[in-house]
Amino acid sequence: MKYFLFQLKSAFEDFKRNKTRTFLASLGILIGVMSVVMLIALGLGLKNYLGKQFESLGANLIIILPGSGLSQGVGNFGAGFAGGAEFDERDVSSLRRISTAEYVVPAYMKSGLIETGEEQEFGYLVGTNEENFVLSGIEAEAGELINKSDVQNRSKDVVMGFEMARKLFGEPEEAIDKIVRFDGQRFRVKGVATKENDSQTDNSIMVSYKATFGSINPNKTFFAISVGVENEEDVEMTKKEIEDTLLKRYEEDEFDVSDQGELLGVINQIFNVLNGVLVAIGSISLVVGGIGIMNIMYANVTERTKEIGIRRAIGATKRDILFQFMAESVLLSLFGGLMGLLVSALIVALVRPFFPVALNVLAVVIAIGISTFIGVFFGVFPARRAANLTPIEAIRYE
Amino acid sequence: MISFSKVCKTYWLGKEKVEALCGASFEIKKGEYVGILGPSGSGKSTLMNMIGLLDTPTSGSVKLFGKDVSKLSDDEISRLRNRHIGFVFQQFNLIEKFTVFENVVMPARYAKSNLDYNPDEYAMALLERFGIGERANFHPNKISGGQQQRTAIARALIMKPELILADEPTGNIDSKTGEEILDLLEQLNRELKVTVVTVTHEPEVAARTKKKIYVKDGRIVDKL
Repeated sequence: MKYFLFQLKSAFEDFKRNKTRTFLASLGILIGVMSVVMLIALGLGLKNYLGKQFESLGANLIIILPGSGLSQGVGNFGAGFAGGAEFDERDVSSLRRISTAEYVVPAYMKSGLIETGEEQEFGYLVGTNEENFVLSGIEAEAGELINKSDVQNRSKDVVMGFEMARKLFGEPEEAIDKIVRFDGQRFRVKGVATKENDSQTDNSIMVSYKATFGSINPNKTFFAISVGVENEEDVEMTKKEIEDTLLKRYEEDEFDVSDQGELLGVINQIFNVLNGVLVAIGSISLVVGGIGIMNIMYANVTERTKEIGIRRAIGATKRDILFQFMAESVLLSLFGGLMGLLVSALIVALVRPFFPVALNVLAVVIAIGISTFIGVFFGVFPARRAANLTPIEAIRYE
Repeated sequence: MISFSKVCKTYWLGKEKVEALCGASFEIKKGEYVGILGPSGSGKSTLMNMIGLLDTPTSGSVKLFGKDVSKLSDDEISRLRNRHIGFVFQQFNLIEKFTVFENVVMPARYAKSNLDYNPDEYAMALLERFGIGERANFHPNKISGGQQQRTAIARALIMKPELILADEPTGNIDSKTGEEILDLLEQLNRELKVTVVTVTHEPEVAARTKKKIYVKDGRIVDKL
């Protein structure tokens, strides 16, 4: 124990004598570890963020869009898909016959002005059914959500998005039972939805899809149909059944069926590129940092040749000298790693309000692990040179 | 205790072969106070380094504590240096970043295994005895040359060795302090029965030793 304390103290005394050198030598490791830790923080934060987003959907979601693939624009409902299928109530009822399709939610969307008497705001009219609220995890902030009979009876009661209610009426409670106009039709606000952090939903009025049939939606069509599946393992099978069902009416390239996983895949692709860049920066600075440490350690060995000779003369073995210099390079590298971790923690704390980042034990373990490894890997060559000096030549060195 | 038989040491300086020492044969018994004497460049330091296991002979055999040195591994040699030999150098060779006390106990740290006495207490006792107890927490550059050499002697003694090797121990200190250092070495030899081997070219130092080995031009010219 005393031996280890002695070796540690030996290293620290040396750092104390060369503060600037110690700091500069560990700077490369600091930057390297920082990039790696930030990468983890970003990945983790994003995973948490997306996880929360999808969790709020409440079920495994399958989205059916006209056209042929995600490349045409995910979630861009109502953008107009040339040549695609136009879904209608028949599709909704045939999809309902699939046993694993827990929820079937048609979506019609039209943008326009939502007017009270005095105020008007640009927003969206969404024609849907009561299952939409379950599937999207939307709850009532004030008033009530529209229910099954509202949907079936073509009720003109609407659920207003949180932001729209705030803009038009100030408070969500103020919006209840008020009349709004869209496309010349009158709707009554039955409830206000919770804030969803989705600008379309937050700025919409959601109404029975049947109520849109007529002047607003004369063709009685939908832009998309969402299907919710209870069990994740049923998703693939359900997708297949949906495709089979729709193929009876449409051509293969007229519609597209995709699930959450595929949506996540598209998002992940983007972040993989970002991660790649960070990993490259991190690896380069770790290698450069390691070489910096190796360089300093070589200088250290030369500078302290006489000290090595004295230590050998009083009984230090080759292994003692090797251990001493390895300990120094590992401590140097570890110091850089911990500083990198500290700087990352500060950045995470600062950025957190604006961007989803998070740190966990893994980041700490990786930071310590990487810097220890670098210290060992790049420290072993200088340390071996120190250990292999012959005592007599070392002690004569001036 | 120390037995040299036809020991030679040659160096290569570029393409030129330099014979630092050749044909050295002698014996030193336990408890002796020996001086290795000769002018500078005579090969006496080479001889001393081989006794102290810091250097190895090119030919001939060196026996130390009854062991043939050439058959020992580097670790075993390190252990012999640590446990059985104490060095006192002309330039003191203390490590500046450590305090006087830390310098003195350093050999005990390298010993790793438990000693049958507390080296920290023994270090303090030695420093007290040498009159530098109150300097224990000073760094070597803050004390006088004489005090540094006493620190070095305390370091040489911390492992209770059988052999002290002193290389021009008074070379870097004034004559009065030098006298005190020599008194100390003599006292260690007399009272603790430690074998002391001193290398010197100074007649005053040589006068103190009981047995003398004269070296000149790499050869032992006389033994008294």
